[in-house]
Amino acid sequence: MQNSIKKYFPVFLLPTFLAFIIGFIAPFAMGIYLSFCKFTTVTDAQFIGFKNYTKIFSEGDFTHALWYTSAFTVVTVIIINVIAFAIALALTKKIKGRNTFRTVFFMPNLIGGIVLGYIWQLLLNGILLNVGKTLSYSATYGFWGLVILMCWQQIGYMMIIYIAGIQNVPGDIIEAAQVDGVNKWQMLKDIILPMVMPSITVCTFLTLTNSFKLFDQNLALTNGEPSNMSELLALNIYRTFYGRNGWEGVGQAKAVVFFIIVAIIAVAQNKLTRAKEVEQ
Amino acid sequence: MNEEKEVKGGIFFTIGFALLSLVWVFPIILVFINSFKKKVYISRQPFSIPTDNMFVKFENYVNGIEKTGLISAFGTSLFITIFSVIFIIVCTSMAAWYIIRVRNKFTSMFYYLCLFSMIVPFQMVMFTLSKIANMLHLSNPVGIILIYLGFGAGLSVFMFTGFVKSIPLEMEEAAMIDGCTPLQTFFKIVFPVMKPTAVSVAILQAMWIWNDYLLPYLVLDLKKYKTIPIAVQYLKGGYGAVDMGAMMAVLVIAVIPIVIFYLVCQKYIIAGVISGAVKG
Repeated sequence: MQNSIKKYFPVFLLPTFLAFIIGFIAPFAMGIYLSFCKFTTVTDAQFIGFKNYTKIFSEGDFTHALWYTSAFTVVTVIIINVIAFAIALALTKKIKGRNTFRTVFFMPNLIGGIVLGYIWQLLLNGILLNVGKTLSYSATYGFWGLVILMCWQQIGYMMIIYIAGIQNVPGDIIEAAQVDGVNKWQMLKDIILPMVMPSITVCTFLTLTNSFKLFDQNLALTNGEPSNMSELLALNIYRTFYGRNGWEGVGQAKAVVFFIIVAIIAVAQNKLTRAKEVEQ
Repeated sequence: MNEEKEVKGGIFFTIGFALLSLVWVFPIILVFINSFKKKVYISRQPFSIPTDNMFVKFENYVNGIEKTGLISAFGTSLFITIFSVIFIIVCTSMAAWYIIRVRNKFTSMFYYLCLFSMIVPFQMVMFTLSKIANMLHLSNPVGIILIYLGFGAGLSVFMFTGFVKSIPLEMEEAAMIDGCTPLQTFFKIVFPVMKPTAVSVAILQAMWIWNDYLLPYLVLDLKKYKTIPIAVQYLKGGYGAVDMGAMMAVLVIAVIPIVIFYLVCQKYIIAGVISGAVKG
């Protein structure tokens, strides 16, 4: 059977394979190469070794964006996961209207980042109007604005995944524990949490990478203001590329560093939480 | 767990969550209210109800649609999303089946490259990808479909292969012995069983493509084509103060179809998110 399918390579695999080369492999490989070049377009690239990489940290903007992004990621990962888990715990109990609540909390997730950014700009600037300021007044305002937006968008999504995880905990384990007389806190800490560890792995992974790679919301909500101080890494890279002539190589080198950081986070996070999962 | 027992003090939970739900939808309602307000009042009095001289009927909508070319942007977004998703589903499900049924070095290498592509941030390939798209004349709504297939192949191939692994071989073997070609076998036997996974993939990819901003912004020829996120961001564009009235109207038009789509297909969307998360 394998051999008769094999002959059909051009029909089954080739279209995806070609598109994958055009859409991913070629741009990725060229991206790596161009990070070692000086260029303004693909055809005029000149090899210059590691010069782009040494320039990355020369102006401090990348370092600032790196810290700003890291702080943003840590804060959002913790808040989103804690609140989403708490809501999921409550909404798996029998509460009137719980399906409506689930529907409402999940909804913001379907709205795109650009649209979300402008929706929240209106609301947050309206609130800040009371103290005579706007989001672009300082990077701290922008930071918390982004945190609030991100929570609003992601809590519902993570809640759905946690609810699925909690509903998967076998009822007989819960009953056995209740017969043994464990209290609510022990039930949560020793039984529910270890059993939903796979959901926690997925949710921390998703929130980590979503926050770290955030672009659209940042562009729409603060646009980096004031003077690039509320710029996350992705926006910083984008602006190095398209905002400064002659800096394309540095932009590409920044993108490579960005990719390596994301890859390390993804692998490390996966190892760390997978180790805590229990066999079900 | 405890599904049948009504929670103690359940009514307080219901009231608490009802209030929280109101907070959750408030930003969207605020934008809706402001879309009927004279534009000079939007930034100054975002929380007041538009009455008398503030109320402008549909003026903002007419303005917003005219300024951004929103109608044609809507068509472009719809076209790109629908056909990309169809193309992705058909091509990657076939590819996934081929990868699992024909095991050799090439298919397993392709599989691991797909996994790898899932952690690469878009900034890494954005410059080179947009140049390649230009060179191959893919800067139009038809060409971008190929780009989406290539850049979106990772997750789809991953989800489909996960499912194909669980399909027993017997049915396919029987079909082939009865004289079915691999193509007939795939579309008559394999694809129908894959439907739940196909729906999940379709939902996840549609959410991504419909809301995507940066990829179409860099790839499409913006003089001719805009998608909805691009049209929204276009209002912010270089020329002076933003027309807040038009902005509010455009945001409302961007959100309404998504909310309707969500309320109609809620069951599938949530199931799609859960199965995507479990496998991701």
